[in-house]
Amino acid sequence: MTVTHTRADFQTDQEVRWCPGCGDYTILASVQNFLASLNRPREQFVFVSGIGCSSRFPYYMNTYGIHSIHGRAPAVATGIALTRPDLSVWVITGDGDALSIGGNHLIHAMRRNVNLKILLFNNQIYGLTKGQYSPTSEPGKRTKSSPHGSIDHPFNPISLALGAEATFVARTLDMDREHTTEILQAAYEHEGTAFIEIYQNCNVFNDKAFIQLTGKEERVHNRINLEAGKPITFGPNGEKAVVLEGGEAKIVDTAAVDPGRILVHDPTRSDPTVAFALSRLSHGPYGPTPLGIFRKVRRPTYESLLDHQVATAIAKQGPGDLATLIRSHGTWTVDANGHAVEAGANGAPKAGSNGAG
Amino acid sequence: MVIRFAGDSGDGMQVAGARFTAASATFGNDLATLPSFPAEIRAPAGTLPGVSSFQVQIADFDILTAGDAPDCLVAMNPAALKKNLPDLKPGGTVIVNTEAFDERNLAKAGYETNPLEDGSLQSYRLIQVPMESLTKEAVKDTGVSGRDVLRSKNFFALGLLAWLFNRPTEPTIEWCEQKFKNKPEVAAANIAAFKAGYNFGITTDATRVTFEVKPATLPPGTYTNVTGNIALAWGLIAAAQAADLPLFYGTYPITPASDILHELSRHRNFGVKTFQAEDEIAAIGSTIGAAFAGNLAVTGSSGPGIALKSEAISLAFMTELPLVVVNVQRAGPSTGMPTKPEQSDLLFSLYGRHGESPVPVLAIASPSDAFDAAIEAARIALKYMTPVILLSDNHIANGSEPWRLPDVDELPDISVPFATVPNSEKGFLPYLRDFETFSRPWAIPGTPGLEHRIGGLEKEANTGNVSYDPDNHQLMTDSRAWKVATIANDIPPVEVDQAGDEPGDLLILGWGSTFGAIKAAVRRARNAGHAVDHAHLRYLNPFPANLGEVLRRYERILIPELNSGHLLRLVRAEFLIPAIGLNKIAGEPFRIAEIEARIDEILGEPAQVAARR
Ligand code: SF4
Repeated sequence: MTVTHTRADFQTDQEVRWCPGCGDYTILASVQNFLASLNRPREQFVFVSGIGCSSRFPYYMNTYGIHSIHGRAPAVATGIALTRPDLSVWVITGDGDALSIGGNHLIHAMRRNVNLKILLFNNQIYGLTKGQYSPTSEPGKRTKSSPHGSIDHPFNPISLALGAEATFVARTLDMDREHTTEILQAAYEHEGTAFIEIYQNCNVFNDKAFIQLTGKEERVHNRINLEAGKPITFGPNGEKAVVLEGGEAKIVDTAAVDPGRILVHDPTRSDPTVAFALSRLSHGPYGPTPLGIFRKVRRPTYESLLDHQVATAIAKQGPGDLATLIRSHGTWTVDANGHAVEAGANGAPKAGSNGAG
Repeated sequence: MVIRFAGDSGDGMQVAGARFTAASATFGNDLATLPSFPAEIRAPAGTLPGVSSFQVQIADFDILTAGDAPDCLVAMNPAALKKNLPDLKPGGTVIVNTEAFDERNLAKAGYETNPLEDGSLQSYRLIQVPMESLTKEAVKDTGVSGRDVLRSKNFFALGLLAWLFNRPTEPTIEWCEQKFKNKPEVAAANIAAFKAGYNFGITTDATRVTFEVKPATLPPGTYTNVTGNIALAWGLIAAAQAADLPLFYGTYPITPASDILHELSRHRNFGVKTFQAEDEIAAIGSTIGAAFAGNLAVTGSSGPGIALKSEAISLAFMTELPLVVVNVQRAGPSTGMPTKPEQSDLLFSLYGRHGESPVPVLAIASPSDAFDAAIEAARIALKYMTPVILLSDNHIANGSEPWRLPDVDELPDISVPFATVPNSEKGFLPYLRDFETFSRPWAIPGTPGLEHRIGGLEKEANTGNVSYDPDNHQLMTDSRAWKVATIANDIPPVEVDQAGDEPGDLLILGWGSTFGAIKAAVRRARNAGHAVDHAHLRYLNPFPANLGEVLRRYERILIPELNSGHLLRLVRAEFLIPAIGLNKIAGEPFRIAEIEARIDEILGEPAQVAARR
């Protein structure tokens, strides 16, 4: 069934309560516009979130939704996806939610390839609890909980997702709505877990964290756009290029290398090694940083395998029959005199034939 | 007649016990079993911690427990003898595998002299069998070799017991043929050993006296022998059918609940979806998702795992989603004694959550009772849109008893219709309550026009919108509590098994797996002349509406529990009644004699009572 939607159809009557200027607004608009463009019935979408600023998201989406527990959204969403493959299930999470308290659920959802679209809003800070360092904050960051500077080594979310063998791994930016929409489209079409890291500006507690990628001056030098089938070059005139050297991705001057050595981006490589190497080009948005789809490969979804097992079992054994099930361990019958008179399944003997002779 | 098989955990005592039980069941005996596993999976062979045992009581009357003291003990090695002999009835029969009584094994078990030779077993009927060489001899032409040869010695023991206790042999032989279909040499070896054991019984002087245990007189019907975990799994499948919903079971492996997962995962042809999650929290998280999506959603665990699920149970309570949470209790705290039973999670079930979150709590009384209890827990969860905690324990989970099979066409209809259309002029109000049940509508994703969001934040009454309004929080807190409290009107009143026309001198109030021991103790006490009544609670929250009235009929109330007095506290607090407790926290069920002794303590020796009258 197709329907015609506008963004307004996906908006709720709830007042959006993020701080003015928060990057979350832009992402919300991108997602609402994107869903409207699909012309798919609204009731077929479910948004599941954990706890944090970004996790308020479902309240603003006029779809089905659950605002669950800190870190647990992938688990809750898994229960929905496994039992209702007819739905489009989205997880909205943040760097604290997904990578700190919920790290376990995130990696397991990805390795199982549950059909979830996971949007990780990475603002590199705890916003809702008012400004503590997060698992993606840069080392040395001074926050309320790290007045002497953070001594935590940060996660690289893309490397983590690739390590968990996610079948779709991408990164985009809140500000760049066109790029975000492209990635959302590809994620939506992907069968299986799609992990999207979205750099999201928290203008209250971590403003300009992504300035190297969003600033007018800076971005032309730092955005490495990953485009399938194209050699990876960047810079105002493509003067920088990415090559593989000893298994590592390296940035070189385009002019200094044989054009044939420039890495041609191919997200469909089944081995995640090259994608991983690309993810190591940056350890945060502090200099040249790849954006786009790192990996997009096919692997059966968890729910399709589960459904296959159910279908196979029914085909082989027939639909389950409760009366047969409760007799499957063997039975015997007791008559009105209280004597065991006959035995049922499993070849149990009649009373009296007990071989005592 | 109580028989205990004891040996090294590698000696196959659980298999021998289970086969003996199965043969007895098909013979028509009533029975009850109590397996006991070593705590460590790889405890060193031959040592006391490595001893595994299986106890079964068989009788020709209806029995309620696996029995207290064994009449017959099979000891496969010195450690098994040392650990189990103190429980044996005076004059009981001991069957030993003599070849295991060498110096090394004696030392490992801590024997300074050989008990087979030093006269210490004089007060028992000792049957000495060189089981290893006889088994070797019996299986030599079957094709098994090496270490597999001695593996059949449990079947030798089983064969001997079959003869001693006049058990039918065919079920065991056919079971071996079935079970080892793909390993015919193992089947042949086990059968050969079994027959050899049986024939050893026939031919040797030492064992000429046989015991007769006649078939029990059970109510007419078709029976099977079932453990609590299996009955629970089947009950969940039945509940899903009765609710006309797909069954989703999200869980994480934990002793002693894992068998529920094992059983359910075999039945994909019932449309059952089992999900072995990455941890306990994910297990219940997925279950909450499945509930939202329109399944009969169930999670199961044991105490430590339930602790991890606590936050999520509150979410299910807050969002008002139907969920069954099974807790197969084990001895705690912490890892405690994972293979031993205890009832120490009752207060935790009622109060072990943050915030005001009262959830219904039900308890299973015996292995076969798990079937009905599972259906009832699902009924309450669905009708009242609430998580329900269903308490089992290790004794129920691994114990077995004959179960008179229900007519599955007579299962109650527990289905609850999903919301399909808006329930107000303002559109769909996800927290608009039903007048009668106080429950809210269940609208599942995919239903057009009913899109809504739920979550852990406090919700405005009716609309479900996020609300920080003080009056609303009070109203919603009261509404949720009231909803659960009113379930008391929708459950059967507590029934008293009363000895006479009038209430007796003492009421024993129990819950959970103590059912059998209490029942048996009450029966004995009555035979001895005491007027003792018994009531057993299925519903721990809310209590049945008539409980207070029932309790007030008695001057004396005894509450036996395998904990420090949880129900006792609840009853005292709720009804201001001076009930007294009988409490045991030893990782094992009550012995009938323990309850009987407490009854005598309270009411006096039966003779004195008779004199008073
Ligand atoms: S604290 Fe930061 S992330 Fe949270 S709403 Fe405000 S700006 Fe956005």
